[in-house]
Amino acid sequence: MRLPPTITERIAKTILMLATVAAVSALLFVIIFIMVGGFRHLSWDFLTQPILDMGREGGILPAIVGTLMIVFVSVGIGAPLGIASAIYLAEYTREGKVAQSIRFGINCLAGVPSIIFGLFGYILFVVLLGFGWSIVSGGLSLAAMILPTIIRTTEEALRSVPREYRDVAASLGASSWQVVVRAVLPYALPGILTGVILGIGRSIEETAVVIFTAGSAIQMPQSIFDSARTMAVHFYILAREGVSNENAYATAAVLICTILIINISAYTLMHRLMKGRRA
Amino acid sequence: MDKIISKILFLAACSSTAILALIALFIFKEGVPIMAKYGLGHFLLGREWAPLSGQFGIFTFIVGSLCITFGALVLGVPLGVACAVYIAEFAPKKWALVLKPAIELLAGIPSVVYGFLGVMWLAPFIRNHFGGPGLSILAASCVLAIMTLPTIVGVSIDALNAVPKNYKQGSLALGATQWQSTRHVILPAARSGILAGVILGMGRAVGETMAVIMISGNTTKIPNSALDSVRTLTANIAIEMGYAVGEHRQALFATGVVLFFFIMILNIVALKVSKKKF
Repeated sequence: MRLPPTITERIAKTILMLATVAAVSALLFVIIFIMVGGFRHLSWDFLTQPILDMGREGGILPAIVGTLMIVFVSVGIGAPLGIASAIYLAEYTREGKVAQSIRFGINCLAGVPSIIFGLFGYILFVVLLGFGWSIVSGGLSLAAMILPTIIRTTEEALRSVPREYRDVAASLGASSWQVVVRAVLPYALPGILTGVILGIGRSIEETAVVIFTAGSAIQMPQSIFDSARTMAVHFYILAREGVSNENAYATAAVLICTILIINISAYTLMHRLMKGRRA
Repeated sequence: MDKIISKILFLAACSSTAILALIALFIFKEGVPIMAKYGLGHFLLGREWAPLSGQFGIFTFIVGSLCITFGALVLGVPLGVACAVYIAEFAPKKWALVLKPAIELLAGIPSVVYGFLGVMWLAPFIRNHFGGPGLSILAASCVLAIMTLPTIVGVSIDALNAVPKNYKQGSLALGATQWQSTRHVILPAARSGILAGVILGMGRAVGETMAVIMISGNTTKIPNSALDSVRTLTANIAIEMGYAVGEHRQALFATGVVLFFFIMILNIVALKVSKKKF
């Protein structure tokens, strides 16, 4: 039997819409499940107290500080390197063999699973270079992991800068570096920031890399050569070892809130940049 | 001055490739000797994993990874492609602007949170309604299907949007409905891009670690059904890394070598596939 095209059209559209609704509901389900479970146990004390009794009591302050320090190292190394890579790809080279092989490396790196970055960071930074389980080791491993994200987003932002900006600057006698710094980068800044923010987000979410390279010390880290746990690692330990479901929920709620803020601001920035381009 | 800057930028651009090479170097250096000593065939096809008595066969973990990945694709690909088609072709512009980032946000949720949800909600649900231990291939596949959605949807939307506008206009002008145009013109044209998205999603599923540890049960046996527990390659590394020493640790790096190979093959296939133009 053949249905009339108008009916098939309606059926197909409904099925596709239901699939999309299902996917978005999964997202909402995850967020609501964690928020509802977590907000009951969330308090100011929880954010500002040390971790006591392996996480059964107290708060998560050391984990928050640990997260901030690890993110600082990872983005501090990853962002300049990634932005420089993207500037090279977008402004300094034509699409030739060299650019292609660089891009191939970036794409492959983007596909490497986090557990492999964990093994790599462990053997290179923790063991060979002797940093031990520390914030430096964790940050450096994460920097390697977030590099492709930062490069891709930055390159996209640079490519969205209209040609005229470069032409005008160059015609006024600017060198190619001056063109980049004075004409291209200011315009692409929101997009570059988006890349950096997404890099921060990926560093905060990550567990496998951090647990192998930064360890999971409970104490407040004093320097970047100390071991520390991030919120994600703390949550993992609480949840997996069944230490405390209440505190696990509360930690997850803090984690999800942070991720939401980060992703929404990244998206808003990029959206603004792209809108500006079209206008 | 400009020359120096250009050199510096070039070096920075090479860093990704250099890191990739370093990763391969270090993992291989640690892992390959034990593979050679134990025998590659034994290592890949041996079913016995007993590190304390020197038995290093990872066949059950390979089977575990494949089962979970297959399950994730069966559930995730139809859903992901349907979402992508809806967002790219049918959804009103305003909705599309919200839907796409919402699905991308699924990638931003930490994998440990997915694992936690699997343990708290999905595994008991499966245990009560289908039987078995709950922590199973089915549970892990469901969670991984959600986790791979952003990859599949994102890449597929890009592929659909890359189809030249006049394909669709031509088809519509011939009197085809929106769905007929999508089904017979746009989807075939975007096929290779969508396939690339699926392969990249597969890579995500194979490489996922923390969520899988929490919800797949981690038994070192060959599974009989989708309700059995399994251990994946990634889980094997992550679970035992904490206390492994000597040959045991080398064997875990060797597991990493296998994983690395697998992922690289998937990546390269995806890149090759997506290069095909209309």
